[in-house]
Amino acid sequence: MSRTPFHLGIALDGAGWHPAAWRLDAARPAALFDADYWVSLVVEAQSAGIDLVTIEDSLGLQTSGFGAVELRRDEVRGRLDALLLANTIAAQVPGIGIVPTVTTTHTEPFHTATGIQTLDHVSEGWAGWRVQVSARSHEAAHVGRRAIPALDPVAAAVGTDEEQSALIRQLFGEAADAIEVAHRLWDSWEDDAVIRDVATGRFIDRERLHYVDFEGESFSVKGPSIVPRSPQGQPVVYVLAHQQVPYELAVAQADIVGITPHSDEHLERILGELGDTELRVERRVNDPLRIWTEAVVLIEDTREKAAEALAALDELHRGTYASDAVILADTAENVAAQLLRWQQAGVTGVRLRPARLPLDLERITRGVVPVLDETGVLERPRDASTLRQRLGFAPATNRYATARPETAELIESANR
Amino acid sequence: MTTSSSSKPTKQIHLAAHFPGVNNTTVWSDERSESQIAFSSFRHFAQNAERGKFDFLFLAEGLRLRETRGLIHDLDVVGRPNTLAILAALAGVTSNIGLVGTLSSTFNEPYELARQLATLDHLSRGRAGWNIVTTSDAFHGANFRRGKFLDLADRYSRAQEFFDVSSQLWDSWADDAIVADKQSGEFVRTSGLGLVDHHGPQFDVTGYATLPPSPQQHPVIVQAGDSPDGRDFATSSADVIFSRHADYEAGRAFYDDVKGRLDAVGRPRDSLKILPAATFILGDTQAEALERSREISRLQVSPQTAISFLEQVWNTDLSGYDVEGPLPEIDPVVTAEGGAKGRAHVHTDPVATANAWREQAAAEGWSIRELVISFAAKHTFVGTPTFVAETINRHVQEDASDGFVIVGNTNPTGLDEFVDRVIPELQERGVYRTDYDENATLHETLGLPPVPARSTSTVAGAALVSA
Repeated sequence: MSRTPFHLGIALDGAGWHPAAWRLDAARPAALFDADYWVSLVVEAQSAGIDLVTIEDSLGLQTSGFGAVELRRDEVRGRLDALLLANTIAAQVPGIGIVPTVTTTHTEPFHTATGIQTLDHVSEGWAGWRVQVSARSHEAAHVGRRAIPALDPVAAAVGTDEEQSALIRQLFGEAADAIEVAHRLWDSWEDDAVIRDVATGRFIDRERLHYVDFEGESFSVKGPSIVPRSPQGQPVVYVLAHQQVPYELAVAQADIVGITPHSDEHLERILGELGDTELRVERRVNDPLRIWTEAVVLIEDTREKAAEALAALDELHRGTYASDAVILADTAENVAAQLLRWQQAGVTGVRLRPARLPLDLERITRGVVPVLDETGVLERPRDASTLRQRLGFAPATNRYATARPETAELIESANR
Repeated sequence: MTTSSSSKPTKQIHLAAHFPGVNNTTVWSDERSESQIAFSSFRHFAQNAERGKFDFLFLAEGLRLRETRGLIHDLDVVGRPNTLAILAALAGVTSNIGLVGTLSSTFNEPYELARQLATLDHLSRGRAGWNIVTTSDAFHGANFRRGKFLDLADRYSRAQEFFDVSSQLWDSWADDAIVADKQSGEFVRTSGLGLVDHHGPQFDVTGYATLPPSPQQHPVIVQAGDSPDGRDFATSSADVIFSRHADYEAGRAFYDDVKGRLDAVGRPRDSLKILPAATFILGDTQAEALERSREISRLQVSPQTAISFLEQVWNTDLSGYDVEGPLPEIDPVVTAEGGAKGRAHVHTDPVATANAWREQAAAEGWSIRELVISFAAKHTFVGTPTFVAETINRHVQEDASDGFVIVGNTNPTGLDEFVDRVIPELQERGVYRTDYDENATLHETLGLPPVPARSTSTVAGAALVSA
């Protein structure tokens, strides 16, 4: 029986996802603003065959939740721009997906699209984009273009507060527009647009470049991209989603949706909601949506030691660490077993958030990966030359090229 | 200490490497010409410039593809990367060379761009630079949120305010704000974070920056505008002027003007470097170099390119004209719209330009193509490596410049020959570094004074407020 492949992503952030992780012996808190620190983490992931890494970001200092900025002295504060960091890493580490987080709320969609496209050229086909919405009022004050009222995530989730629901819909609508612009710009050059025809003096065939002519509520973009089509054509779009509105965004526009089940029942409910959403919302991407789960991971030799290590971190932090994702504090074998249970439930990958860096990354690569490998679920094209190939996506077609009459004719005659 | 010229100290030459642009200077109809977008091209270009100990490499910015008469211009190289993204990538494959990008103050927001430049400075360990440009037209605005809003007169005031807000952000964390003491549990000294609270005509920015001071604290600021406003901005805020006065006499006049403005505001003369753009053609003999210059200029101005330059003035189809023959006798079609978009120079009076060109061509006996070559494919330094090195050195020692931004004509190998043959000549004369100083920032490589040290006692209460 051939198994469905299962894909592995690592979510990199600071010294790890536990807010006290920077205080451990193995942590390198003074190196968080050095490229070398990040390169060494990605090399570790790449050499173990991890499919992709993501890099967290926001347009402001770290906060917990959606509240105002907290100038806490005991947590990591400060962060490099993820898109730029991704490009520095990609120039040095080949053969692993590099997926920076970029917000759609205050950024220029044109800059974001060309930045990710450049990352695809630099990495020679391993770029992705973790789309994020900024609902924090202090981030809006950094740009001063609009005011965003303080968000109450509970009220927004249950949908009882009209204003909060409208705000969420507006922000995710803008995110959908930003992804749409990116998808169009990424196709705005056909693969063979550069012709270098000395006889006619033309470097490009401008018939193979396309205006994208996007007009939305928050912005309009004429195009074409300044960047020629990149190796993947369409870099991989990842959306983390916890509720209905982001589910709709993911179903319409994402290649991969990250979900955060806390139990088997919870997973079943989320899969059901995503399934219902797929019936209602038009999908604008060719490949079927991939569903990945997310989990914070802390690994020790025994379950007891893992629980102790987590408790010790919580004590250092003087509070219990809570996450939107489930926290797996366990042995490598048990973490692998949980991933396999998710896989059997129809999940196609996981984005693991190491509680401690580099410690839990190494325990994933050296402990969890070998266990999974034995089961055969990690079988995949090892010679894949792009992230899309590695994840088993079909080659990206070009919406403008297929609309050309002669191309359409070719396809038609080939089908005859 | 005397100021007479005989005892004037020998100046050290500063050089920048301009990545081949998307104009006719870059020859693509040549077998050595490689991809304009593959990372391998950028890596080669950067590593070659670093081999030549250049101060920095320089990238222009693409905000929209050029158009001629309503169509995407297809005769020159088209397509380039996102400026910040490619510079960050190059930071990963170089160690010493400065990384300077052109970034618009019109189609960016200060909080985000200041953060990205600080990130680039961290990633490169102090090698970031920013060529701050202004853009005002709706043509480029069509790709951005702000669209077509900026009055010409507001361009420099926006750039100045953009720079001022960026500086506040760069200065807002104390040098010792990051403690990262595992024992005490203090990661950041919160009193070392200053709140930026800026409210001005162009920007409202309130909040904390996300990064501790980068190695340079501020990126090196480059300015390229030539107008009085541009020169004033450079005098107050820039570290390098990227000028177009490579000609000896014009260079001396410009140098004198700008350094005089520095005297007037009490800035040291060597705190602002003037680097004109310059092209070069080498040969084993002067005659061979001249012959190569002629050949390359014909590649830079293909028959179609020559016609296109004329059409930008005539604003009508001239494809029936023979480029090896005389200029059209018909007059330009004058419309309110004008012909070329996305170019720095727009012809404001096409009829006068056409008349002047016709007169000049007739006087020199030039064809259409020869006329276009005379202004669009003129090479600054043509000769043997020794001649080029001596000419560059004379310009610098005699205050026509502090060095040059060298523009090659092929991507990515256009500066290989310069590094192989001209750089050693400059080094032999003792006017150019034989290696970088260890761990030098770009400020230090350029011989600029450091950004003034700040107090390490910034407190949140003493917020950086500006009205």
